[in-house]
Amino acid sequence: MLESRTPGGPLADKWDRHQFELKLVNPANKRKFEIIVVGSGLGGGAAAASLAELGYNVKCFCIQDSPRRAHSIAAQGGINAAKNYQNDGDSIWRLFYDTIKGGDFRARESNVYRLAQLSVNIIDQCVAQGVPFAREYGGLLANRSFGGAQVSRTFYARGQTGQQLLLGAYSALSRQIAIGKVTMFPRREMLDLVMVNGQARGIVARNLITGEMENHAADAVVLATGGYGNVFFLSTNAMSSNVTATYRAYKKGALFGNPCFTQIHPTCIPVHGSYQSKLTLMSESLRNDGRVWVPKTPGDTRAPDQIPESERDYYLENKYPSFGNLVPRDVASRNAKEQCDLGKGVGETGLAVYLDFRDAIKRDGKDVIGQKYGNLFQMYEKITAQNPYEIPMMIYPAVHYTMGGLWVDYNLMSNIPGLFVLGEANFSDHGANRLGASALMQGLADGYFIIPYTIGGYLAGTSLPKISSSAPEFQAARKEAGSRIHKMMAINGNRTVDDFHKQLGKIMWDYCGMSRNDEGLSKARIMIQELRSEFWKNVRVPGTDGDLNQSLERAGRVADFLEFSELMIIDALTRRESCGGHFNEAFQTDENEARRDDENFCHVSTWEYAGDAQEPVFHKEPLEFENVHLTQRSYK
Amino acid sequence: MTKTINITLKIWRQKTAQDKGGFETCHASGISTDMSFLEMLDVVNEQLTLDGKEPVSFDSDCREGICGQCGAVVNGRPHGPEKATTLCQLHMRHFKDGDVLAIEPFRAKAFKVVRDLIVDRSPLDKLIQAGGYVSTNTGGAPDANSVPIPKDIADKAMDAAACIGCGACVAACPNAAAMLFVSAKISHLALLPQGKPEAAKRAMSMVCTMDELGFGNCTNERECEAECPKEISIVNIARMNREFFKSAFFSAVM
Repeated sequence: MLESRTPGGPLADKWDRHQFELKLVNPANKRKFEIIVVGSGLGGGAAAASLAELGYNVKCFCIQDSPRRAHSIAAQGGINAAKNYQNDGDSIWRLFYDTIKGGDFRARESNVYRLAQLSVNIIDQCVAQGVPFAREYGGLLANRSFGGAQVSRTFYARGQTGQQLLLGAYSALSRQIAIGKVTMFPRREMLDLVMVNGQARGIVARNLITGEMENHAADAVVLATGGYGNVFFLSTNAMSSNVTATYRAYKKGALFGNPCFTQIHPTCIPVHGSYQSKLTLMSESLRNDGRVWVPKTPGDTRAPDQIPESERDYYLENKYPSFGNLVPRDVASRNAKEQCDLGKGVGETGLAVYLDFRDAIKRDGKDVIGQKYGNLFQMYEKITAQNPYEIPMMIYPAVHYTMGGLWVDYNLMSNIPGLFVLGEANFSDHGANRLGASALMQGLADGYFIIPYTIGGYLAGTSLPKISSSAPEFQAARKEAGSRIHKMMAINGNRTVDDFHKQLGKIMWDYCGMSRNDEGLSKARIMIQELRSEFWKNVRVPGTDGDLNQSLERAGRVADFLEFSELMIIDALTRRESCGGHFNEAFQTDENEARRDDENFCHVSTWEYAGDAQEPVFHKEPLEFENVHLTQRSYK
Repeated sequence: MTKTINITLKIWRQKTAQDKGGFETCHASGISTDMSFLEMLDVVNEQLTLDGKEPVSFDSDCREGICGQCGAVVNGRPHGPEKATTLCQLHMRHFKDGDVLAIEPFRAKAFKVVRDLIVDRSPLDKLIQAGGYVSTNTGGAPDANSVPIPKDIADKAMDAAACIGCGACVAACPNAAAMLFVSAKISHLALLPQGKPEAAKRAMSMVCTMDELGFGNCTNERECEAECPKEISIVNIARMNREFFKSAFFSAVM
């Protein structure tokens, strides 16, 4: 069932060889194919534009009012590429190795190597589109080092790299919309995947303005719908980020890979109240110059400038002398939690650590630091009303990224023929932990440089009879989606959608967050089942389903989160090891680091839906490492 | 310091584009000054829902001031009273206990109200489709460092490219012009060598499309610059005019 379709041959030649082996669609025939792309972020936007450029007819859907607003836009820090412009020893191999190791050896070698190879093309492409990357005085591109890397390979556009890359993809997409090769459907939400004869052949979407359901047929469906971090309610994800599209595909038979691998980002603005709607990330580029510390004595409530040097614990520098403040995200997050659990946390809630720029400002001057991080400092001050030039920032980990996602093969196709999955929505490239500045890289590699080839291979080699969007399969999917909506609207209970979502988020954060244990996970599973059953009895969705209804939109997403969260827990309980973003307290080294079990768990865990009342069926894809040696990650 | 305040909201309610719409009053009590403006609206909406009323529809997504999806006019000012701040990044500490706030959608001839505070800003997408891109297909791009770009030029291009497309400039302008938005894109691309080949065609096409879509003209009111959450400068409008005249008088593209 799980055929990764990894090509043979040496690692460095696999992609070349595979491109050659893929069948080509005759240029004149490309216009005969319709492709649906759901999502318009870096993966979806780049894919829709690139596929249209090749001649395919593309329908692109996004949930926002414009494709320019997809959540990729919020990425701050940068994008990695193995250009070695800085002459500091970077290479495709090193980027590949760092990514595999950073992911705690739970990703597919062949995919990650291809990602590193394509990284260099991405930068070229983006510059050609007019992306205004940061430059040196000589006019060449500037780089910085970024969390977890010892070379400077990160390209950036101030603190708005995601925005600029997305606007690049959006401009390419706009060009194709203008010439009619892409039909754009904004403010649409995919509610189901439609399968005909075992192939993905379309979607049912809801027009969020009119409330109408729409059927859309195609020859292939590409999902680039992002991650599911909002299952925790509070996360750095945008308000509309959700799991519905991928979860609906899962319920249609697509395998979900590694759902328990979630990334908790170490540098976010701490939670300050129960009314909070989301968490704000502070780019981890700040860790290049900021020093993380807490008071040595638990319960020390003095202002930071009153705590002398000798009474500060720079715990990351002390514990990890060679990486210091630049350890990977999972390591930094867990250590922050550990310090706070020891009572050394700071701020009103005690759930924060300092990120201090005092020494960097002393060394480089306020101007230099301002140039690098000015907009981030400004953003921090706006939210907290504190000036980080004078008072150390307070930070705490927050849910940021989900490495898990729909399982895909080397072609980025799921186990459902014709269903391709890109970017954060798939499980691929980041293993159990994603390195900083790698999400943008993966989204664009998938969209610009992989899907245009692999989808051609599928279309050219597959029999795809013409179908109509009024085929019975469409009508059935539409009816089911409609009846779910009616059911939700009819409950008219006493609790709001957000109220349920917040409670679910708290359960997940407490028991399936930064560190997990069997007892907590088992308890959480029952709590979720109870909450889900209450939701279907007691949720209140005001308004009607026949027009714009934001409560109804959220209710559908929360209903799916309430099911999907259980799958995350099942996956977490099944993985009897700790690795990357999955830390089970029962599996740790004497130094409290994650202890992998390569003998028994060096695999991708995937789950097959078996019915609402049934346990999902487990399938595994063993991971074979032919080129790297599995080591205990050490950042000391 | 965190405190709580009570405020009175006069919120624009309008069911559809065709409806007339009007202000409705509601009270937001016990609002923490650490809340963002949109979190305050969330609290109001939760209460409305529990009271059996329909919550206020408003747009937002990233809530970090970068996606450009949020925006409303607060006491006559797009994105509210704070400089260089989107509505999602506006915090309640900037308001006083007992304040009365009028909240209405961005208003412009080219932006139809969809519902309550939500407007249709798709004309901004149409403007980009009219030429706000470099015509380069995926693949075949030269090495990224093959064309050096002076740092100050790259920085200026970035200043212009920082536009989040929220439409506040249009809402702020007495003529409901999209000059700042369009000029930011024209400037971003005209400054860079990659955008130069199409600079003339782009300027002509985007400016003409702006007129066709019902956006007004610039009469140097400078409201757009004052209200822009990303502080996009009206220097860009001067640059756009230059590009437009160059295109009209000297270009062979016409």
